[in-house]
Amino acid sequence: MSTTPLQRDRATTIFQKGAPGRRAFVCPAPEVPEVDPETLLPAGFRRAQEPRLPELSEPEIVRHYVGLSKRNFDLDSGFYPLGSCTMKHNPRLHERTAALPGHARLHPLQDPERAQGALELMWNLQGALAEISGLPNVSLQPSAGSHGELAGVLLTRAYHEDRGETRHKVLTPDTAHGTNPATVTMAGLDVIKVATNQDGGVDVEDLRAKADGDVACLMLTNPNTLGLFDPNIAEIAEIVHAVGATLYYDGANLNAVMGLSRPGDMGFDIVHFNLHKSFTQPHGGGGPGSGPIAVSERVAPFLPVPVVVRLKDGAFDLDHERPKSIGRLRGFHGNYGCFVRAYAYICSLGADGLRDASETAVLNANYLLARLKQRGVAEYLPLAYGELCMHEFVLSGGPMKQALQIKTLDLAKRLLDFGFHPPTVYFPLLVEEALMVEPTETETKETLDSFAEAIAAILSEAAEDPEIARGAPYTTPVRRLDEVAAAKRPVIRQAL
Amino acid sequence: MSRYTAITPADLDAMLAVIGVGSVQEIFDRQIPQAVRLGRELDLPHGLGEQDVYEHLRALAERNTSTEDELSFLGAGMYDHYVPALIDMLTERSEFLTPYTPYQPEISQGGLQVMFEYQTAISELTGLPVSNASAYEGPSALAAAGYLAKLHNGGGRFVASAGLHPHALQTLRTNAHGYGMDVVEVGLTGGITDPEEWAAAIDGDTSAAFFAQPNFYGAVEDAAALSAAAKGAAGDGAKPPVVVAQVDPISLGVLRSPGECGVDVAVGEGQPLGNRLDFGGPSFGLFAAREEYLRRMPGRIAGETVDVDGRRGFVLTLQTREQHIRREKATSNICTAQALNALAGVVYLAWLGRRGFVELGELLLARTHYARETLALLTGVEPLHDRPVIREFAVRLDVDVAAVKRRCASEGVNPGVDLHALSGREADRGGLLVAITERRTRADIDRLAAVLALAMAAERDSAATEAVTV
Repeated sequence: MSTTPLQRDRATTIFQKGAPGRRAFVCPAPEVPEVDPETLLPAGFRRAQEPRLPELSEPEIVRHYVGLSKRNFDLDSGFYPLGSCTMKHNPRLHERTAALPGHARLHPLQDPERAQGALELMWNLQGALAEISGLPNVSLQPSAGSHGELAGVLLTRAYHEDRGETRHKVLTPDTAHGTNPATVTMAGLDVIKVATNQDGGVDVEDLRAKADGDVACLMLTNPNTLGLFDPNIAEIAEIVHAVGATLYYDGANLNAVMGLSRPGDMGFDIVHFNLHKSFTQPHGGGGPGSGPIAVSERVAPFLPVPVVVRLKDGAFDLDHERPKSIGRLRGFHGNYGCFVRAYAYICSLGADGLRDASETAVLNANYLLARLKQRGVAEYLPLAYGELCMHEFVLSGGPMKQALQIKTLDLAKRLLDFGFHPPTVYFPLLVEEALMVEPTETETKETLDSFAEAIAAILSEAAEDPEIARGAPYTTPVRRLDEVAAAKRPVIRQAL
Repeated sequence: MSRYTAITPADLDAMLAVIGVGSVQEIFDRQIPQAVRLGRELDLPHGLGEQDVYEHLRALAERNTSTEDELSFLGAGMYDHYVPALIDMLTERSEFLTPYTPYQPEISQGGLQVMFEYQTAISELTGLPVSNASAYEGPSALAAAGYLAKLHNGGGRFVASAGLHPHALQTLRTNAHGYGMDVVEVGLTGGITDPEEWAAAIDGDTSAAFFAQPNFYGAVEDAAALSAAAKGAAGDGAKPPVVVAQVDPISLGVLRSPGECGVDVAVGEGQPLGNRLDFGGPSFGLFAAREEYLRRMPGRIAGETVDVDGRRGFVLTLQTREQHIRREKATSNICTAQALNALAGVVYLAWLGRRGFVELGELLLARTHYARETLALLTGVEPLHDRPVIREFAVRLDVDVAAVKRRCASEGVNPGVDLHALSGREADRGGLLVAITERRTRADIDRLAAVLALAMAAERDSAATEAVTV
């Protein structure tokens, strides 16, 4: 196979380009009287050698980064069914509104009386998230989902400590996102795993056996990472509450249930939202995100500071005086730029639109699942659990590996040559050769059909010659990369 | 069909037939028990058209006074630097804006190489050999350094200078409480961390020692002395604490680097590097360390490798540190970095360039010095300390700061941050923190002085009148 122009580009970094003396920035004149440098900053504090930053003209910088951008796949270019990540369309309206100077150039320490528009926006967003989750008290502060989880576990801890109890166990299902157990450790508590039953839900008997007076919290995703809504949720909540523990909802999969079912009504005490998933904050190639939390009344006194409040005269303010608060989780008030986008999205969709988004997300996922079955894919990639799914589904590549000698990884890499971003692979861990597919509501039927065709084509190609998938991809800027070598002898910066 | 969806009635019929159900409702009915179904519409307004949403968001924006609407000297962690136009263009490109985390490196080389370049730039700035691909933001990056220190040497307490940003100190306390650590605060003398108190506070059980450079009050600390003292104070046989410096990256063109000063981990708020204010976020946190901490770093790290044809490429590496592999044994729960904000950071540094980065630092030094000298000449204004300052300085006013700020605001000037309102410290009453960027000219500084002088005089007059009336 011949090489493409992108493959001929040798990944030269910006530090390897340019020439001494080139520049883009013209520094303004100081305009102030000259002062002895020693007075300004004594030599002992001064840097001897300046940082070896690149030296390029502006046109060179633009070409370099535009060139790099072309070595990325992105949501605007094609289907991105990355399970658990909710890669729905990012409306450009949100970028335009977030860039308005009144939002983008507002200093976080502006006096609240002169930031009323921003505080009102945050207040409105808090209210909308409370209504969507069925939990009335919101903090917008956490920076991402995992940060919201940390907030949630610290809140749980504070809640129990306030009642004079030290509880050290947090229950998490074995299907949980990795952030759940990692968070528990960071909050100084211990992870206790709960088994999954044969239907893919929480093993209620195992939960009952492990739920005791030392349990602080159960962390759950519902629908879970198998894309299944746990039908025993009411019983699960009852067991957890009966031992005095809290129930934490990992909101990564909220896109399945907006306007249809609410964590608060299921019995959860704390929920985090991923604004970069359900609420379409663009993920920027790995951040920013935003992870607000909503909580029940009993947990509310412990919320992080500050919280946006409305005063008697109707004005908005930031409340820092919350004596039982766990404190701050970060600087300032959270990722406001993400709030603007999420709020614009909620305004655009409204109550009816949010429900429609979730209904369509679930419709699209079930259609794609059925379409794959119709195309004969289920023989090699059966649904791991259940018959229907919520907004995503998990297939097992076990039979494919047996029958066709290609692994889920090979299938994923071959999909790259077909112009698709692959689904999430090898998660959740309890499914052999897992493939987690989340199409989202913003895709057309035609796109779903073409993805199903691509999977079917790869399987029949593999039946002829498995080496093709095993060697894939062929058309991407680079082909399979040696990750083992990268980790063994890490090179994490350009040698200068 | 609602906004952004595309399923027509004809599509729907065809899709339901393939699924083998009669309606979308049936899919939900078969999976979600009725008892936990909402059974009503959410109590939210109906959806609006694009134009109406724009007008609503624009109306909200207009009720904020931004740095375009007044002459602003606000700082204390986030600064009104000029963001070059090419950053807007690049961060709005679909290829950078809309991908997820680069889980498939073959189609994510652009983003991964940006991370690699970013890591290189941060290593250069900090003089520390390893950098991650970014943390959430400044204060939480400092707390993450604390967790690294706890994993590294297992001590039971942290020692932290009162010169840290109050939000950083508070964030550290919130996190430290979680994993059971005490935070001992060391006070300031003459504007900087008290060296004797610092050395006395650190013992063999100290996991980490934290200070800020420059500190919250704008003062340049003796970073080398603080690092050396911290390492010497642990005592014979004890593991020395991890020395953590919270740095302002914009100062690192002129200041000795943390690495040269003996610092182990440098963290800081990245916003000054090409990121907009956004009322406090999103931005990014920088996180760099000595080599020995590499395998305990939080967050994503991009590494260099080759593909099967020998071409140079980049991957997310050292993933065995991370939550999706190690779960409860991970070195951090961080999943999301701040890739787009870090892109803005590295493009900004490339745009400034090797010489420009230093020139900008020198410019800030000169103008900040001028501003401090100019304000110090005003009646009732006294510098809080006489230490060198880089881009920000603290003064004490002999009148109520909030009242003076209100008077200045009516003249279109925001003279700075009310120190007491931010830190809550009694000693900060009357304190004003004034920040300078390249966007604040000499004429702007002179105007600040004139407006501040009038506002203070008016405030003194009105206070005197009130006193007489009483």
